[in-house]
Amino acid sequence: MLRSIALWLEERLHLTKLFESTAGHKVPPSTNSWFYVFGSGTLLCFVLQIVTGTLLAFVYVPSTSRAWTSLQYLNNEQFLGWFLRAVHNWGSIFMVAIMSLHLVQTFLFGAYKYPRELTWVSGCVLFLCTLGMAFTGQVLRFDQDAYWGLGIGASIMGRVPLIGAQLVHLMLAGSTIAGETLSRFFSLHVFVVPGMIIALLSLHLRLVLTKGINEYPQPGSVVRKESYENEYEEMIQKTGVPFVPNVIGKDLIFSGCLIVAIVTCALVFGPAGPSGPPNPTLIHTAPKPDFYFLPVYAILALLPAYMETFILLVAPVFGLAILILLPFYSGTGAKSYRRRPFAVVVVLMAFLTVGLLAYLGTFAPWSPHMEAWSSAATPVDYVKGRSALELHGAILIQSKQCRNCHSLDGEGGLRGPALDTVATRLRPDQMIRQVIQGSGNMPAYGKNLRPAEVTALVAFMQTLRPSYQPAARDSTQPVGTATRASR
Amino acid sequence: MSDNNQNSDCGCKKRTLTKDAPTQPLSRRNLLLKVGAGLNVIAAALIGVPLLGYVLSTFTRKSANSWISLGSLDRFPEGETRMAVYRNPVSKPWDGDTAEVPCWVRRIDAEKFQVFAINCTHLGCPVRWFQESRLFMCPCHGGAFYEDGSHASGPPPRGLFEYQHKVDGSELKVLGGHLPTLAEPL
Repeated sequence: MLRSIALWLEERLHLTKLFESTAGHKVPPSTNSWFYVFGSGTLLCFVLQIVTGTLLAFVYVPSTSRAWTSLQYLNNEQFLGWFLRAVHNWGSIFMVAIMSLHLVQTFLFGAYKYPRELTWVSGCVLFLCTLGMAFTGQVLRFDQDAYWGLGIGASIMGRVPLIGAQLVHLMLAGSTIAGETLSRFFSLHVFVVPGMIIALLSLHLRLVLTKGINEYPQPGSVVRKESYENEYEEMIQKTGVPFVPNVIGKDLIFSGCLIVAIVTCALVFGPAGPSGPPNPTLIHTAPKPDFYFLPVYAILALLPAYMETFILLVAPVFGLAILILLPFYSGTGAKSYRRRPFAVVVVLMAFLTVGLLAYLGTFAPWSPHMEAWSSAATPVDYVKGRSALELHGAILIQSKQCRNCHSLDGEGGLRGPALDTVATRLRPDQMIRQVIQGSGNMPAYGKNLRPAEVTALVAFMQTLRPSYQPAARDSTQPVGTATRASR
Repeated sequence: MSDNNQNSDCGCKKRTLTKDAPTQPLSRRNLLLKVGAGLNVIAAALIGVPLLGYVLSTFTRKSANSWISLGSLDRFPEGETRMAVYRNPVSKPWDGDTAEVPCWVRRIDAEKFQVFAINCTHLGCPVRWFQESRLFMCPCHGGAFYEDGSHASGPPPRGLFEYQHKVDGSELKVLGGHLPTLAEPL
């Protein structure tokens, strides 16, 4: 009975033929490697995102007045709503991570070289689409971070010459962040970008079938346009094995582990946010992007102002051009990373740069700690045995918000230097000048402090040094006089 | 049927007439293909142009600024800087809280005011006023501004965005209605 149904279906759908030309297509046996599992892993994440995203859309309301409430409902009222939100969030993080590994692996294995240029180009665009999904998804979690994140996006657009204002309007769907903005991002996140991903993915997979999967490159083997396709064809004829069932085992194991990892993270860490409600009048917030955009957040804080707009607008274009056009200027030659030391250095540099910027982004030393002046106490040791004038200075350090940027005993902002040992670095006259005139990243306090207050502040700061370290002194003066002055 | 035969004859005749291009006869099928393709181009334009117009309308739309009251002058003591909130004049019914726009009002003396946008000129984060140090500080990348809105430190490329304002009777009014950016300050 079953056999007759199968035969009936086979007769109509030509399933054997379909299988042989797709899942069962022959691949080089060398691709049966743990390095070749990231593509299918990314695909799995994408499917997971589609399923969880569709289910979340059952409940989510894409309206600025209700989105935040519907997220709270998902977290707290809807049965397993929190779990779906968590899986969707962790699925996106894993998707970006695994996709990055896929990109690095294909780069290091020279898979982008002739004749797989289009596979690489479509993959790069898929990568951009995925980052687009990450950004639009962060907006749909419509909380304080999303609201001000949109403001940051609009401010970046506003730096584009000539058509900046129009681009801001296009992005926000109007002149402010409002109802239509969220609707636009919902449409992008749920229809437009996923549609593009599915279309590009079809092309990407089609190319894997037409041009074959890249063989595990051996050091010394070189790609030549004249001979490569024939050599590959010959290898497939001689030693090729069907992807299913011979090679898919490692993909299945990796995919299974991936799902377990995503679910474990979802169960342990739970859903992301939403943080405070997206009310622009609640300004006691320090907006921060999701993990994928921390490097961008960091670089925006660290760039010198004069090159900021240039780096924001021009560098990404150049960077993407270098990445996407890679197979067109480096399409032949050695494939193995063992023969391409520069490629390895590029990958290491990229990992170091992105990793370091993301690490800095997690604690953002450039951001003032807006509450430190009222929440971080002056350490007891720093006020013991001080004179009345010095104590008054200690109070001023708190009340004038110095602590927002300067830390004492590890508490407070990291924007400016810690003040624990400031007396070893600056003499009183230098301190007075710095406080009154400011410089570098420090505002001038000349108008906001009375002379007596400056005196008290400097008197206190002069006590901030360890007993075993001498105070800073004027090197142009004889030692004796300088020491007396600093007392 | 006879009509068909006649037509194909007609196609053959035409092929003999245009001897310089014998490989592309204007057969009935060829003609239908061309007309069909042409029709579809027109149809695509009929659909596509309005679609583009719909999407790009936000691209070309100008900001519609209007005068909005920030409330009575009594709310702003002399020599102090206070937050004021107005409702976006172009808000939609489903905007919710996002239609509430905060700004900083500095009353210099009885007559003189300054009204600053809440958005930092660096990347639009909300700046906070600190009465004690008389500074606006931005929580994102550490921009700071003096009480008159001028740039004090950090990455912002200019001072705070300042609203045009006027005193109308006993009310303070500002000209607002769009998110200030470097391309389109207030």
